[in-house]
Amino acid sequence: MSVFINKKTKVIVQGITGRDGSFHAQQMKDYGTSVVGGVTPGKGGTTVGTIPVFNTMEEAVTKTKANTSVIYVPPAFAVDAIYEAVDAGIKTIVCVTEGVPANDMMKVYPYIKKHGVRMIGPNCPGIISPGESKVGIMPGMIVKKGNIGVVSRSGTLTYEAIWALTMEGMGQTTCIGIGGDQVIGTNFIDCLEAFQADPATKAIVMIGEIGGTDEEEAAAFIKKKVTKPVVAFIAGQTAPPGKRMGHAGAIISGGTGTAAEKITALNKVGIPVAGSPTEIPGLLKDLMKKKKTPAKKAKKATAGKKPAAKKTRAKKATKKPSGKTAKKTVVTRVTKLKKAAKKKPTKAKAKGNAGTRKPGKK
Amino acid sequence: MKIHEYQAKEIFAGARIPVPDGEIATNPTEAYEIAERYNRPVMVKSQVHVGGRGKAGGIKYAENAEAAKVLAQKILGMDIKGLEVKKVLVTSAEDIISESYVGIILDRATKKPVIMVSPAGGVDIEEVAAKTPEKIFKLYIDPVLGLKAYQARNLAYKLYRDIGQVRKAADIIMKLYDVFWNTDASLVEINPLITNTGGEVLALDAKINIDDNGLYRQPVIAAMRDLDAEDPAEVEAREGDLSFVKLDGNIGCIVNGAGLAMATMDLVKRYGGEPANFLDIGGSSNPQKVVTAMKIILSDPKVRAILINIFGGITRCDDVANGIVAAFKQLNPTVPIVVRLTGTNEEEAHKILKSVNLPAADTLDDVVKKAIELAGVE
Repeated sequence: MSVFINKKTKVIVQGITGRDGSFHAQQMKDYGTSVVGGVTPGKGGTTVGTIPVFNTMEEAVTKTKANTSVIYVPPAFAVDAIYEAVDAGIKTIVCVTEGVPANDMMKVYPYIKKHGVRMIGPNCPGIISPGESKVGIMPGMIVKKGNIGVVSRSGTLTYEAIWALTMEGMGQTTCIGIGGDQVIGTNFIDCLEAFQADPATKAIVMIGEIGGTDEEEAAAFIKKKVTKPVVAFIAGQTAPPGKRMGHAGAIISGGTGTAAEKITALNKVGIPVAGSPTEIPGLLKDLMKKKKTPAKKAKKATAGKKPAAKKTRAKKATKKPSGKTAKKTVVTRVTKLKKAAKKKPTKAKAKGNAGTRKPGKK
Repeated sequence: MKIHEYQAKEIFAGARIPVPDGEIATNPTEAYEIAERYNRPVMVKSQVHVGGRGKAGGIKYAENAEAAKVLAQKILGMDIKGLEVKKVLVTSAEDIISESYVGIILDRATKKPVIMVSPAGGVDIEEVAAKTPEKIFKLYIDPVLGLKAYQARNLAYKLYRDIGQVRKAADIIMKLYDVFWNTDASLVEINPLITNTGGEVLALDAKINIDDNGLYRQPVIAAMRDLDAEDPAEVEAREGDLSFVKLDGNIGCIVNGAGLAMATMDLVKRYGGEPANFLDIGGSSNPQKVVTAMKIILSDPKVRAILINIFGGITRCDDVANGIVAAFKQLNPTVPIVVRLTGTNEEEAHKILKSVNLPAADTLDDVVKKAIELAGVE
């Protein structure tokens, strides 16, 4: 399983005759994505490779029955492309374009919500479900099919994290780059909710960065609604205030949006934050092992550490005790946890019970 | 992008938001002439892209033209939080009866503009928010419907009792909201909005920050960019289409992607070093970008080592390697350089790098540790 896209995803490439559009249309096709058409006004009737080009989204959708679009048009035209896709009946839009004015996005956002459209981006690398489909620009060779969900505000940093997982044999259900802008169509919470509801996803990696409060809101959401293990990474601990760090949204303004605040918020709800992207797989493995063991044991492992966290865990566990047991992993798990607790006290605090799946509703 | 107070006031005046008369001076004589022409007490205000100018001694009252000249002499060239004052605004001094605050920012969480007003104006609004949050009133605006007159009036009632002043303030809030949209601003602020002895309501100060993504359709504002007020290296980087932020350390960083660039800096710090900069060469593989990036970093005398970290997805590592070799030949760097290229075409990239004997590292953590070692950090 995967979230937001799958084998049935049929993609129209908006801006297919441009340099990026034509290149990535081919890349997506090579990966196995069903790229059914492209749109460039004035180029209708031509082809890019074997992909038919249409003049309008309306025509493209009518003729191909596409349900998804990916936007590579320049920033001045990207917002119009979003409206056109929504009006043509597209249900999932990935906007790769960087440099879309935030004020335009504020106006588009209520429109996509009203039409029940899932929009990812702008200024994002898109989304990939290994073995199913890729929409956007993520490199196909770094992913591997598996049970980890990855969500990130970044591009190459995401690849770094995905690659670290793949190298450790930890494949992914879906990797989502939600984009680095101030106003984006899909935030962490939307993705966490989808991963929580997806039975194939067993654990989640969340990569945040300075600016805004999306990570803090995600932390609060995880506490309430996510029972799967989550490991985070936050970029920008050394970023100075008031400076835009590449991404339009990566800025500490008015003293808020610092990495320290985000890490504290995540730690508070028991989510370990990796010190380096390469530490993500290790932390995740620890959490996933812990999750497979009975709740009682997990309780013992962290006994006396954080009573508050323990309480929540115990409550959850009694609600729906785990059916699975993994006795043989208990010993190693406990030692590992102790070791980890020394390094990073918050690590042992993460939710430890298994089997409580409460799909988030909205 | 930030613009100066005097430029923000030009925009305000264009939108018919009342502001006191004022003109810009770059030397004491000009300040004298302006004050003499006004023939009344003036304020001499430093024009730098930083808050807290008043506290730093960069805003002073001058009784007459002679005093304005003396103060301009003092303020011009002054260092305020690391920025040199090169211009002062000479503006008529007002007899202030009351001071309040009006600001509009893009609220990322709700994806709406939020208007904030407070009767506690003239002071640092973040401090007001921290200490007396009950003195700040917020209104989130539907970006599609826009601000309605009654909403502006309700906000104005939080500031004034007199209906005349409420109307004037409401009118200013309406116009400020238009400025926010029409300039692609991420922040517009009047602090303080004052009433004077004549009963007028005026924007005594003005601040506008522009969303860089909107600049392409704001030619007038784009032309307001004060290159003099920016770090020359940052100006050069922008012209070379690079994202660059200068920091204080001694390890120069060249990375592709903003998130990875931040993470690389963080790791430098984590392993005991200090990053000299943030630099994102972006998604393209254009070798010239690597050359420009290295040139900018080498112009910083503090830099003791350069760390290049590229994760090739769409970017091809061999293209970047070619850029590194070209930079090497053109710039002849004397500081050690350590490179990590992973991903698309990395083998070819490593062959290319061997030709110039550059040490390459395999992993993210390795390249950072090696750079710190080569920089000789204690």
